[in-house]
Amino acid sequence: MNMNWLLTHSPALLIAIPLLAAFLTPLIDRLSKRARNVLVLIVLITVEVVMIVLAWDVFTGNTHIYTMGASNPTATIPVQAAIPIRIVLEVDGLSAFMGLISATVSLAAGLYSLAFVRRETGQGRYYTLLLLMLVGMLGMEFTGDLFNLFVFLEILSIASAALIAYRFYRGDAVEGAFKYFVISSLGALMVLFAIGLLYGQYDLLNMAALAKVMKYTMLDKIALVLFIAAFAMKCGAIPMHMWVPDSYTVAPASITAMLVVASQVSLYALFRICFSLYGLTLDVTTVGIIIISLGLLSMFVGVTMALPQKDIKRLMSYHAISQTGYMLLGVGVGLYLIGKPEFSTYGVVAMEGGIFHIFNHALYKGLLFLTAGAIFYKVKTRNLNEMRGLAHSMKFTAIFFMIGAFAIAGIPPFNGFASKLLIYESVYCVSPILSIIAMLVSIITLASFVKVFHSAFMGPPMRNTKEGEVPKSMLIGMVILTVGIILFGLFPGWVVDHIVHPAAQALADQAAYIQAVIGG
Amino acid sequence: MIYNIPFIVVVLLIIVGLATVVFKRNLIKIVIGITIIESGVNLFLITLGYRENSVAPIYTFAPSTKMVLPVPQALTLTSIVIGVAVMALMLSFAIRIYQHYGTLDSRKIRRLRE
Repeated sequence: MNMNWLLTHSPALLIAIPLLAAFLTPLIDRLSKRARNVLVLIVLITVEVVMIVLAWDVFTGNTHIYTMGASNPTATIPVQAAIPIRIVLEVDGLSAFMGLISATVSLAAGLYSLAFVRRETGQGRYYTLLLLMLVGMLGMEFTGDLFNLFVFLEILSIASAALIAYRFYRGDAVEGAFKYFVISSLGALMVLFAIGLLYGQYDLLNMAALAKVMKYTMLDKIALVLFIAAFAMKCGAIPMHMWVPDSYTVAPASITAMLVVASQVSLYALFRICFSLYGLTLDVTTVGIIIISLGLLSMFVGVTMALPQKDIKRLMSYHAISQTGYMLLGVGVGLYLIGKPEFSTYGVVAMEGGIFHIFNHALYKGLLFLTAGAIFYKVKTRNLNEMRGLAHSMKFTAIFFMIGAFAIAGIPPFNGFASKLLIYESVYCVSPILSIIAMLVSIITLASFVKVFHSAFMGPPMRNTKEGEVPKSMLIGMVILTVGIILFGLFPGWVVDHIVHPAAQALADQAAYIQAVIGG
Repeated sequence: MIYNIPFIVVVLLIIVGLATVVFKRNLIKIVIGITIIESGVNLFLITLGYRENSVAPIYTFAPSTKMVLPVPQALTLTSIVIGVAVMALMLSFAIRIYQHYGTLDSRKIRRLRE
């Protein structure tokens, strides 16, 4: 098994390995719990390593194409046909970027789960669904086929909904899961209807082939509206956000960290549809303004609704909505400017900021949810008024929380600062108001986290809790994300040049996306 | 006109389903609403591939080469399978919610919104 073989087949392997392991997990679970944990960890680490190898190759300039079931995986168009018929996986800079996020957070969440769900029943099924979530995310990121996108979207929603309801003995968990699932299924059906509209006109399901012949007729516009509505709903942009706090709050903390990434995968799908499928054919000014306004609304309303919350995870969920706004703002400004002369100067910077923020958000928000889970593990409550003085016994958790809070508030030298600065300085050129709102939201975010830190970690120790830190596996899960935050914060220039820039370039360059599959 | 009837039915089904999801308070009825929307979307896909006086797309001993489009049928089959999984999971959530709250009325199930 040499390196080239691995690289060629890695897009398919990255989906196949966790998928097969997911259904192997319940069987191994029957034999031995320890063997099951080892299997899950080995799979997660393998996915992470293969993902890094693949991403490195993609970032150095090779877009990977994989045709499912073909004797030669790079031959997308069969000999007898003129269009791509088989399912094509296309891994370009942005797909690899999102894949890295999913693999990293899943690894941290998997490690964290080992101790976190130790006392629960049905762990075999928990890990099955966790791996299926990873499959759904990677599938949505890699696929170049619209119907395939729908299938992986549904795999992701079903696995997530079942995991949100994992603590089914608590009524609120099932309630949150039901709400999430109604929204997800509605969104997925809208996506399927839009795919039907496109297929009815062009007889194509491949995204690159569709993009080449896209005419932007009335039906295409309806399909675009359905896509944008569905994916904006799934990524929790205000005014379609009501499921986010409910489901994030009740899910186990490790799953909440994964749900954050799952929402961002929907964001990825939204960007992919706008940039790669429709591209310059659509009315970029109008759609850009719509996405920018969605972003501004999410930013501002999200953070103001976070301020009065007393439930620590609910508060963080509203912050997750607010941070999603930054990504929508950054990439929305990019879409607004694409095709105009300003794009090459500050349009690209705005997109880089928005895309960089996706990775940063996954790291620090994942870390914050994991620390909230650690607090819940220790004191059995999420209510901020019922906890105090936790820094006495949970020193490491307190440090991780501080790092996460500084990162989300955009304080240097942590990673949130790097991406927010890119967004501030580029959207300022479009309109200073955008920058001002973004900075204001950042300040309110800091205020809100100061409040959480004060009420959870400061003050005299609580009397009736056990001494000591949370178990090691939970700490290791948090360490992985913390190391990411610090590294990204210390070397933002290197990260932007080598990881974020290829991703933004892949999104902006529709012609390259089409050429990789169809050629010419 | 006659060829448009399936599309009109599609729109009607989707509107009825959406109205059910939005206005009904009973969780089971919400699940039914989603299933109705899904039927509408499936009917839409099937209608896209229909050709008049054509045969099933099986080439062996085919009486004519005028065939319906097989791709939408494959899509619909996949979508039906996914739909069953979605419905089963939703109904099991509804059962759990009924066990906890003793009701299926969404107005009374609001422990999350304190």
